[in-house]
This record gives sequence, C-alpha cells and structure tokens, in this order.
Amino acid sequence: MVRRFSSSFTLFFSLILMINSSLFAYAETSHRTPSIKKQQALLHLLKQDCGSCHGMLLKGGLGPPLLMKNLEDKPIELIINTILYGRPGTAMPPWQGLLSTQDATWLAQQLKTGVIE
Amino acid sequence: MVSTTVKNRSHRMSLSTTVKQLGLIPKSVTKYVQNTIYSPLLLTFFIISLSACQLQNHQLRPTGDLGVIIGRATGSIQIVNTTQQEPLAKVDKLGDLSHASVVFSRDQRYAYIFARDGGLTKIDLLQDRIDHRIIQSGNSIGGAISQNGKWIAVSNYTPGGIKIFSADTLELVADITATPLSTNTEKKVIYSKVVGLVDAPGNRFVFSLFDTNEIWVADYINHDNNEEWKVKKYPKIGKQPYDALITPNGRYYIAGLFGESGFALLDLWHLEKGVKQILPNYNKNKRTLPVYKMPHLEGWAMAGHYAFVPAVGQHNILVIDTERWQQIATIPVHGQPVFAVARPDGRQVWVNFAYPNNNTIQVINTETYQVVHQFMPGQAALHMSFTPKGEQLWLSVRDSNEVQVYDPTTFKKLAAFSVDSPSGIFFTSRAHQIGL
Repeated sequence: MVRRFSSSFTLFFSLILMINSSLFAYAETSHRTPSIKKQQALLHLLKQDCGSCHGMLLKGGLGPPLLMKNLEDKPIELIINTILYGRPGTAMPPWQGLLSTQDATWLAQQLKTGVIE
Repeated sequence: MVSTTVKNRSHRMSLSTTVKQLGLIPKSVTKYVQNTIYSPLLLTFFIISLSACQLQNHQLRPTGDLGVIIGRATGSIQIVNTTQQEPLAKVDKLGDLSHASVVFSRDQRYAYIFARDGGLTKIDLLQDRIDHRIIQSGNSIGGAISQNGKWIAVSNYTPGGIKIFSADTLELVADITATPLSTNTEKKVIYSKVVGLVDAPGNRFVFSLFDTNEIWVADYINHDNNEEWKVKKYPKIGKQPYDALITPNGRYYIAGLFGESGFALLDLWHLEKGVKQILPNYNKNKRTLPVYKMPHLEGWAMAGHYAFVPAVGQHNILVIDTERWQQIATIPVHGQPVFAVARPDGRQVWVNFAYPNNNTIQVINTETYQVVHQFMPGQAALHMSFTPKGEQLWLSVRDSNEVQVYDPTTFKKLAAFSVDSPSGIFFTSRAHQIGL
C-alpha cells in the first residue's frame, strides 16, 4: 500500500514537474528573444548555411527565395513550422534539434520583416 | 604571358631609338655629345631598360600552379599560387558567390566564375582583372567548358535550362530551355532546375533536370558551317537528381538521386542503352537523417576501379566497384559527408561534413577502409582540393576566414593565410580535366 502510494505520488509529482517545465519553456519561447550573441550566430547560419540552398542573399537556389516579398502573404507559424519540421518530399530538412522554437521564431520574424536584406 | 613579353621588348626598342629620332641635339655638338654625353646617356637608358626588363621578368606569371579561391561572403575571388602557397591578388564585385564554381580556359589564363545570381565572369589571371562579365540568368548553379575550349555552358535554376556562350567574348551561342513545369501567378512559365552539368568528349554537354527527373545530352553539330545543338533526352531516370559527375575518363555520367535511393548511370559510349539505376537499395528504408547540405559528387573519389562516394542522409561513405557498378562496402564516418576527395595517387580519401559536424576532416585509407587521421581545422571546413600531384591539400575554413595547406603524407600544416569567408578552391589544372 505504501509502495503504491509512493509510486502514484512520484507519478503525480513528475507530471506536475513536466507541466511546469513545459509551461516555463513555452513562456520562454514566446516572450524572450535570443541573446545578441545568439542572434548573430543565427544570422550567420541563415546567410551561410541556409544560403547553401536559398542563396546567400536569400534570392533562391535549390530552395525557394526567402525575401520579404516572397513571404509577406505566408503566416509566421508556417515559416516557423517549415524551419522546425522541414518540408517532406523536398530538400528542406527539419532544423528541430539544432534550433529551438525560440530560434526559429526569431529567424521567421527576421525573414518576414526583411531585416537581413 | 606571351603578349607581356612582346610588349616589353618593343618598349625597350623604343627607348633606345627615341634618342636618335628626337633630333633635339644640334649637329655642331653631335661629336662632343657622342663622346661625352651621349655614351653615358645611352648607358643610362640601357640600365633603365635593363632594370625595366628585370622588373617585367619578375612580374611574369606562369599560370600552371595558380588557383582561385571563392570568398563567398564578399563576392570576391582570391588568386593563389600553390608553389609559394600564398595569395597573389583579389578580384571583387563578382556578385552572390554562395555555391560558386570555376572552370579554366585551355591555356590556363582565364578563369570563368559561375555565381549564384546568374553572373558569369571571365577573369584574366595574368592581370588580376575582370576581362568580361555578364548576368546571364536570374539564378545559376555552375557550369562547364567544352572539350575544344570554345564554349562555356551554364546551368540555371531561374529560368531553368542551360545557356552556352562563346568562351572568348561571352556572347550567347545557344539557349536550351528545360522542361516546363507550370506557370506562376504572373503567367510566366517555370522550367525545371538544371543540375550536374558536365562537359563530355565529342564537344557535348550533359546535365540533369532536378524537377522532371531527366538527363539531357546536348550535342554540337556543325554541318556546312551551320552550327546547331541537338538535345537527346532521357526521361524517368529516378527522382530528384541533385548533382552529377562524369568519370575521369569521360565515359560514364552519374547523377545522384535525392528523391529515392541510388544513382542514375548513363554510358556515353552506348547512348542507345539508356539510363540504368545503380545501387537502388543503399538508402531504402534507411534514410532517417535530415540532409543539411547536399553531398557533392563532382570529383568523385576514385581509387583504382573503386569509387568512394558520400551517401545521402547517412553518416557513411559508400564504396562502389565501377566495373560492376555495385556497392561493395560501407565506411562509417563522423557525420554526413559532403565531399569525398581522393589524393591523386588514390591512396587516401579526404572527407568533410555537413552542418553541424563541419569542423572535422577525416582521412580514409583506401586499402583498409579505416579512418587513419582525423582533425579539426576550425568551424565550417567547406572545401578541399589537392594540387595535381597530390603533395598538398588545400582546405578552406569559412568561419576562421582562413585557407590551410597540409602535407597529406605527414598531415602537417604547411601554411595558412587569410581569405574572407573562403569556400571553393579551384586549381588551374582543372583546365585539362574532362567533365569540368
């Protein structure tokens, strides 16, 4: 009985922990922007590594152009999801695992506002 | 080079003859002048012209040991010398050089730079300057020079197809549009992207169509001085050919497939036999890894009759028997290979990797298939190139803004110098290789 109590308590406690941490993670991704250093690293990645397919000036290559005019009618969630989960059936890979939701959100914002053009 | 020497000679002649032709010295003093002034004057001119000659000689630049390094972030190239292992000159304003490539004229004097933004620039390696420059399309992915050295072909994404230019003047010779895909909102036709363009014996160009799964062979035909390019098309070669190569002897054209497992093989000696899919199972039900950078096939590492090829979406190098076109081994490596480059004697294959593992290089022994050396030259080690006899390996490390030179026998670093955001390294020896 004691044993059962303790295991269900552990389960309950860990569930609370999980909810808490995911809430915390959500709050962090939606409200905080990456540090300046991280922003620089992300812009470098965008220009140099995303640039392998989309062009260093984002005018397109094997992947489509990512200029502001190409993305203005696309919802930001679509861009974030494309970065994180890729586009199956195309050469666009999922960057989830290498980039956080926060990173992808910030990058999508930069692309939407044409900051790097 | 030759013209510089000739120019120098005529300059020297004009210096010594000018004095006689000037007619500025009165005849009455001619004798005196001849005895006292004229001789030292001549001597002075002689010394001047001699030193000018020495200066000119010093500036003479043979092209056989030169190379071009792409500075991708600054849209510039760096001309280098592989004997001195040093940068010589920088040429700017070449556009978007992400994924740029270079071919050379037969005489190794001119480099043709293919830029992402459709720019095609002919650079004079002797005078460190742009000779001709055009914007030939909206978006481009590379090119080749014909066997006879007369034409430059460029493969384009926008609008998809290849364009062929005079190597001399960069005037358009032929425009071969790819298969149409659809029309966009502005009712403009969108054509399939072209990849893997190579030159082949018989003044042909061979290339693949990424979106419509085809291989095309463009053949030059000259009947009664009526120039024409005929295109032979092979459909359904396999899904999404992403890059291709021609074997060093110019016989087989092989396209790597991204949309399915395997490679498409065309025997250029037997075009009638059509395209055959090889290694159809190497990636079946295996590919789980996302591809952050497409592997490159150009310069496929060949050692004997074995080819060492980067696998798509795997941390492996595939070993292929090129007599039977079958996979005979798999070599596990550090990350997803981008380039596998064979030392010219075939003893080693050097491998670099896609993001995020691109700070590491591995060297494979081609007899034992073991990794015999591994090192970390810096973040984003993008491109490697052996000097023609293989005594040096040049390596660009993008994020350190550095090009490093190694001795592939001892693995010791021989030299390093700064280049802004270096990527592709291309030596003039490419002028004499089939397929480039």
